[in-house]
Amino acid sequence: MTRKERFENFKERNRKSGGYLLRKKIGSVIYRLCRAILIFGLCFLILQPLLHKISLSFMTKEDLFDRTVISVPRHFSTSAIRDSWMLLYKFKPFWTSLSIGLVVALLQVLSATLVGYGFARFKFPLKNFWFACVILMIVVPPQTLVTPMYLNFSHFDIFGIFKALTGKELKLLGSVWAYIAVCAGCAGYKSGLYIYMMRQHFRNEPKELEEAAWVDGCGKLRTFWSILLPGARPMMVSCFLFAFVWWWTDGVYSRLFFAKGYGWYTVSNCLSNVANRLNTEYKKMIGATDQGGTFVPIAYANQITAASTLICLVPLIVIYLVAQKSFVESISQSGIKG
Amino acid sequence: MAKNKQKTMAKSNAIAGYLFILPFIIGFILFLVVPLVQSFYMSFCAVTSTNGQGLAYDWIGLKNYHDVFFKDPDYVPRLLDELKNMALFVPGTLIFSFFMAILLNQEFKGRALVRAVYFLPVILSSGIMLGLETNNSLLASMSDSIKQDDSMTTITKTLENILLTGEQASKFFEYVINLVNQVYNIAISSGIQIIIFLSGLQTISPSMYEAAQIEGCTAWESFWKITLPMISSLILVNVIYSIVDFCTKSDSQLMTLISDTLYAKFDYGLTTAMSWVYFAIIMVILGILSFIISRWVYYYD
Repeated sequence: MTRKERFENFKERNRKSGGYLLRKKIGSVIYRLCRAILIFGLCFLILQPLLHKISLSFMTKEDLFDRTVISVPRHFSTSAIRDSWMLLYKFKPFWTSLSIGLVVALLQVLSATLVGYGFARFKFPLKNFWFACVILMIVVPPQTLVTPMYLNFSHFDIFGIFKALTGKELKLLGSVWAYIAVCAGCAGYKSGLYIYMMRQHFRNEPKELEEAAWVDGCGKLRTFWSILLPGARPMMVSCFLFAFVWWWTDGVYSRLFFAKGYGWYTVSNCLSNVANRLNTEYKKMIGATDQGGTFVPIAYANQITAASTLICLVPLIVIYLVAQKSFVESISQSGIKG
Repeated sequence: MAKNKQKTMAKSNAIAGYLFILPFIIGFILFLVVPLVQSFYMSFCAVTSTNGQGLAYDWIGLKNYHDVFFKDPDYVPRLLDELKNMALFVPGTLIFSFFMAILLNQEFKGRALVRAVYFLPVILSSGIMLGLETNNSLLASMSDSIKQDDSMTTITKTLENILLTGEQASKFFEYVINLVNQVYNIAISSGIQIIIFLSGLQTISPSMYEAAQIEGCTAWESFWKITLPMISSLILVNVIYSIVDFCTKSDSQLMTLISDTLYAKFDYGLTTAMSWVYFAIIMVILGILSFIISRWVYYYD
C-alpha cells in the first residue's frame, strides 16, 4: 500500500466513524508529543550538570571568562584536566580507593549474604526482633554514629583485654583493619540495605530446592554453598557493585577512618580537599604569604572542581554503563513484596 | 518419639539460623549498640580530653540539651529549616517518582535508556559528590559573590513576584514555587523510588484494568480504584526511604553543623546531644507516618 492509498483508506474509515477516528488520532499524537518533551526535558535536567562539567573541563582560560561561551568551548584544551590530575595526587587515591574498596565491598556482600540467608530461611527465636534491628541499622543516620565511633575506635578495647595483654592501647583509627572489621560485622556503609536485598532474594527462591537437598542428605552449610549460592550470584554482584560505588563516593566513613592525618588518600578525601589544595598551591605559586582570603580566580576554581569531579566519576560511569542492568534490576527485585 | 525428633529439628534449625546471622549480631552490638549507648551517656556529660590518655566524663544532666536548644545560635533555626524542607521535599519526591514510574511503565521507544538516565544519580550523586558544590568554603564564598550581582530580571522571576503578591493564595504559590525551585534536587534523589514504584506497577495484572474497562471504568477512575490501592504498600516503603535518605544526605545543613561542631570544637557532649535530638525527631516522624500510612495500606492477598 502506498502512502496515498493509506491516507485515502484512513479518510474513508474516519468518515464512517463520524470524525471519531481523527479526533482520537490527534489526541494520541498530542499526548505522545507532550510525553516525549517531558521525558526529554527531565532527562536533560539530570544529565545537564554532568554535561556542564564535561564542557567546563575542556575550556581554555579565555573561554572561561568569555561570556559568549556558554556550553561548547571555543578553544579545546586539556590543561584543566591535567591540573586537576596533579592536584588529585595522580594515581595514588585511585589505587587506595580501589584496593580498599574491593576488599570492603567483598566483605560486606559476603556477610550480607550469610545474614540474608539466615533471615530468609530459618525459624529461630527473636527473629523479628533481630530483623527490626536490621531496619534500625538502615534508618540510623551514619552521622549520628560518627562521634561515638570516633571515640570508640580511638580508644578501642573490649573490656580492657588488649591493655592487659600488651600493656598499651590499641589505636584503630586510621588503620584499614578497623573498617574491615566494621564491614565484616555488617555495620559498614549501607550494610543493612544489602542484608535486606539478599534476604528478599532468598525469600523468592523456591523452598523445594532445599527440601530436596535435605532429603538427599545434604547438610545446611552444603545446601547453602552449593545450591543457593550459585543462584544468588547476580544479586551478589549487584550488591557488590553498589557497595563499591557507594564506598567510592562515601564521605562519612572515609572521613572517620581514613582521614588525611593518618596518611590515607582515598578518592573522596582528595576530592573534597581539592579546592583547598588548589588555593594553597596557587598562593605558593604567586608567593603570597598572608593566611586569610582567597586568591584563585573564581571561574578557575570552579573549573578545577568540575574537572576533578569528572575524573573521579569516570570509573563510576564506566561501571554503570557496563553493569546498568544489574543495578536497576536488583532494586526492582527487592522492591516487590516491600 | 516423633515429637522428640521434631523438637530437635526445630532446635538445630534455630541454631543454624543464629549461626548464619551471627556476623550481624556481633557487628550490631559492637558497632551500633555500643556506640549508641555510649553516645547517649555522653550527651549527658561534659566530656574533656585528658591529654591523649582518654576521656573524662562528668555527669552534668540535661545541660547539653539545654545548650542545644537555648544557647547554640544555629541549631534550632536550622532544625526548623530542615523539617520545613522535609515537608516540602518528601511529598515532592513521592509525587514525582510516582508520576515518572507511570510514564516509564508505558511503551515507548528508548524506555530502557530513559530508565538508565533516571537511575544514574543514584550512582553519581551520592556522598561527597552531592556536597562538593555547597560544602566547600572556597566555592561557598564564590557563590555568595555571584548572588550579590543577581539583579537580572527574568520572566520567571517577574512571574514569581506577581504570584507572591496576591494575598489569599500566596502561601500556596510559595509552596509550589519552592517545589519548582527544588525540582533538580527532587529529580536526582528519586532514582530508587522510581524503580521501586515501577516494579510495583509491573506486578499489577493487566486483566484487572481490562475488567474495569469493560465495566465502563474510565482511566481516571481505574487509577484511583486500582493503581493506587495496589501500590499503597510501596508508598509506605518509599516514604520511609525518602525521609531517611533526606535526613542522611551529607549536604544537609544540620549534618554539616553537627560535624563542624565536632571537628572544630571537639565538644563531644554537645555534638552527641545535637545528634540525639535530631535522631529522636526523625524517629518520631517516621513512627507517626508509618503508623498513619500502614492503616491505610491495602494488601491484595
